[in-house]
Amino acid sequence: MKEDLNKIREERAEYDKALASCSSRDEVGFITTSSEPVDILNTPADIEGFDYLRDLGLPGSFPFTRGLHPNMYRGRLWTMRQFAGFGTAKDTNQRYKYLLDHGQTGLSVAFDFPTIYGRDSDDAFCEGEVGRCGVAVSSPEDMETLFDGIALGEVSTSMTINGPAAVLFAFYIHAAEKQGVPQEKLRGTIQNDILKEYIAQKSWIFPPRPSMRIITDIMGFAAEHVPQWNTISISGYHIREAGSTALQELAFTLADGFAYVEAGINAGLDVDTFAPRLSFFFNAHNDVFEEIAKYRAARRIWARHMKENYGAKDPGSWLMRFHTQTAGCSLTASQPENNIVQGLAAVLGGTQSLHTNSMDETLSLPTEKAVKIALRTQQIIAYESGVANTIDPLAGSYFVENLTNKMEEGAEKYFEKIKKLGGVVEAIEKGFFQREIADAAYRYQREIEKKKRIIVGINEYVEEEKPDIEILKIDPQVEVEQHRRLKRLRENRDSDLCDKRLEDLKAACRGTENVMPRILECTRAYCTLGEIVEAIKEIFGTYTEPPIF
Amino acid sequence: MAKKIRVLVAKPGLDGHDRGVKVVAAGLRDAGMEVIYTGLHQNAEAIVESAIQEDVDIVGLSMLSGAHMTYFPKVRNLLDEKGASDIMLIGGGIVPDDDKQKLIDDGVVVALFDPGTKLQKIVDFITKSVSKD
Amino acid sequence: MSKLAEQVLSGDRRAVARLISAVENEPEKVQDELEKIYLNTGKAYRIGITGPPGSGKSSLTDTLTLRAREEGLSVGIIAIDPTSPFTGGALLGDRIRMQRIGLDPGVFIRSMATRGSMGGLCAAAGDAADILDSFGKDIVITETVGVGQSEVEIVRVADTTIVVLSPEAGDAVQTLKAGLMEIADIFVINKCDRESAGKLVLEVRSMLELKAYDDAAWRPLAIETSATKGIGIDELYNAVKEHKAYLEKEGELHAKRLGAAIRKIHDLVVSQVQRDLQSAEVTKELEKLAKLIMDGKLTPQSAARKIISKLKSRKTGADS
Repeated sequence: MKEDLNKIREERAEYDKALASCSSRDEVGFITTSSEPVDILNTPADIEGFDYLRDLGLPGSFPFTRGLHPNMYRGRLWTMRQFAGFGTAKDTNQRYKYLLDHGQTGLSVAFDFPTIYGRDSDDAFCEGEVGRCGVAVSSPEDMETLFDGIALGEVSTSMTINGPAAVLFAFYIHAAEKQGVPQEKLRGTIQNDILKEYIAQKSWIFPPRPSMRIITDIMGFAAEHVPQWNTISISGYHIREAGSTALQELAFTLADGFAYVEAGINAGLDVDTFAPRLSFFFNAHNDVFEEIAKYRAARRIWARHMKENYGAKDPGSWLMRFHTQTAGCSLTASQPENNIVQGLAAVLGGTQSLHTNSMDETLSLPTEKAVKIALRTQQIIAYESGVANTIDPLAGSYFVENLTNKMEEGAEKYFEKIKKLGGVVEAIEKGFFQREIADAAYRYQREIEKKKRIIVGINEYVEEEKPDIEILKIDPQVEVEQHRRLKRLRENRDSDLCDKRLEDLKAACRGTENVMPRILECTRAYCTLGEIVEAIKEIFGTYTEPPIF
Repeated sequence: MAKKIRVLVAKPGLDGHDRGVKVVAAGLRDAGMEVIYTGLHQNAEAIVESAIQEDVDIVGLSMLSGAHMTYFPKVRNLLDEKGASDIMLIGGGIVPDDDKQKLIDDGVVVALFDPGTKLQKIVDFITKSVSKD
Repeated sequence: MSKLAEQVLSGDRRAVARLISAVENEPEKVQDELEKIYLNTGKAYRIGITGPPGSGKSSLTDTLTLRAREEGLSVGIIAIDPTSPFTGGALLGDRIRMQRIGLDPGVFIRSMATRGSMGGLCAAAGDAADILDSFGKDIVITETVGVGQSEVEIVRVADTTIVVLSPEAGDAVQTLKAGLMEIADIFVINKCDRESAGKLVLEVRSMLELKAYDDAAWRPLAIETSATKGIGIDELYNAVKEHKAYLEKEGELHAKRLGAAIRKIHDLVVSQVQRDLQSAEVTKELEKLAKLIMDGKLTPQSAARKIISKLKSRKTGADS
């Protein structure tokens, strides 16, 4: 069916003229969440040159725009993976069992701030922070308790940890060892995406260059010993949460991904040995079409670059597998229904795994009741909405294909810019990403204040009465309990062995030996997280960020 | 030179989420105030020392990590100890209602702003509070 | 207000901060306090640091301060950042770069905004430096972006003026055209570990070579540093010491401070005259005379003479 594009353009021009006499609600902006103006309408003329096989192809075939696998959700639904963690390892262990009982299909660990920054629960600077935003894991013993009664050979576990990722990874391997599960059987992910830490999440420990070295060590180690493990979850979620636009989320995430690929190659690894185990993590924000276009463009861009720029030959290296989380920054106390819209966007976009936020998370960590509702939302999308029955249903939409193309073009422009700045690490040191994000965040807020952007419950349909929800409280006893556990651990272990192992680790850091085996040995001697991180800090130093507003 | 309202905005503790504090800082600047931002990972002592050296009218803490019942009282007490009881303490972030009420009732903070609060509301509050002196 | 000078001299940090605020907000009300502390000034060695935005001035200030602290010297820092011309507000983020010294009791850091181009910044910054001097600081560093006339002026009155350049922070030659070249006693090429730094170093050194200096005059030094990596800090510190020694030997320090004293008297007189001009009585007279000019009955020159004799016959001093 060949369209007469010239005739369409003529009619379109007439239509545009006629629009002038229609009354328009233009006191609001017809903009995406990224402040991009939205076309009132798209026609075949807006996707001139569209080539189905080149631009889309079929699911499971290059360039994977329509989906990574031939039968997508008909073969296997996305993993319902609710991020969870709070209090002590024992508290969180109970929550994991609850979630698995209610139909969750993968585990996801949220660590508390001390753990995220590689500090033990009894570190003086951590007062008041233990177990509040996640589970406290200071020792290999805590990790064992966290998965007590959960067969690590049978679940896949995602751990949101970055600065000290190597250590928590070692703790997990060790906990599995104690269960008798060999390393080759372990399935899961460590977030381990340090570049986005400098850009957005800010939970770094060491400076950029040594951190990249640790990451390539992890990639090399896992390729050989833990082949089913995803060594990085290259993340856009946090970049978006920090206030970036959808395009920035897409471009900065993929740029980070390419930086890791280059780091691996420069470290002497064959791209096909580690690339199949790189995974991604995106945000699902409110504008449904913008998000879907983002995911489709991401798949296409990654496949093309991996095949054509990096010479990856294994099709596994071309697959942009991703997890999605609904946007935390869009939550307000009066909008629990947000999940449905965002969850739909993620599924229509072909995500491999999904976390939906709970309605009480503007006030505290989720209660059991709230997280069950979030889980049910996913189950309703999966079984009742019908969207999982067909693959990439929006393909061929003039609007969605146009948006997908625009996303790809925009991303390529950003890649050029970053290259001119000297690469991702250089651009971080120059504050490029941080500035883009801060500007976008401020613009978004200004739009809300000017009512160019309506947020239900915030600047429109505001209710004075706040919903009365019971929220989760973290017992301050958690901190006391952790102090006690650590004290007991330090008394019962062989301290001399610990010291020796830490010295060996420092030697590896100074040299070029892979640090992972050394970290594992420290783990087996029951060194704590803080002790291992301090040893590494001694050699690699720490990082202070440039002041960017 | 015209008198300006000076505000110190700080991120105490380990929490690295700085989108809100940066948006607030920019909003206060656009309302004509002088805003000193401490950066991330500050302890109470550093925050108070900065507040005193900068002779600010208001200290604002951004707390999303759940450690608010530790840091707000700590900063308030330290300000008082160092003879700066006239410097007002406000904040924002993730603070459940009952904790919020307690902090206000105990005189630790004069106001806490929920996520989604309009910048103008914060600006108006600060302007009104400072002019009362 | 009246106890502030006493409190500053007795070491009260809060009083120091409050007096600095007063010189920013209402200097005419604290001239007495400033007069009281003035006799305690003169001991601090004053360093001015300027350069384009992003050149690393704050990081350099931080490392230099640490170095000075190693020798047991106390440091006062005034960090000046621009006020937005549109909103009148300012984001003052220099402290972020100085976290290592933030809790050191021997260090006092004050962030200051330029607050518009109508003047007053020079006086306020100068007064703030005096306050920190009288407070007992051995070194006072004033750090500012050298874009405006007044900011260049602020660092020019320092004993040692350092101009900081870096490879990415704009075109070096253009910066120098803005008048910074003439005032620099020391040039710092910061971020010297970057690839393009080498080129900048060559540019600066050849520019210095081209300039003619008297035999006895101070030839500006060019030092390469990386503030974040700790490279070249000792060299910079020693360069400052060298300049200080030169100034003292040649009597230049005395001459400089004499010039500064003259300028200070000049500025105080001008401020007073400006205040008098703005008084209700004189304003009324001005309006009357302006009307006569409009009616063609008087020239502006004649009107000015009338005002000047009116000012001369008023009671002088801060008590009007």
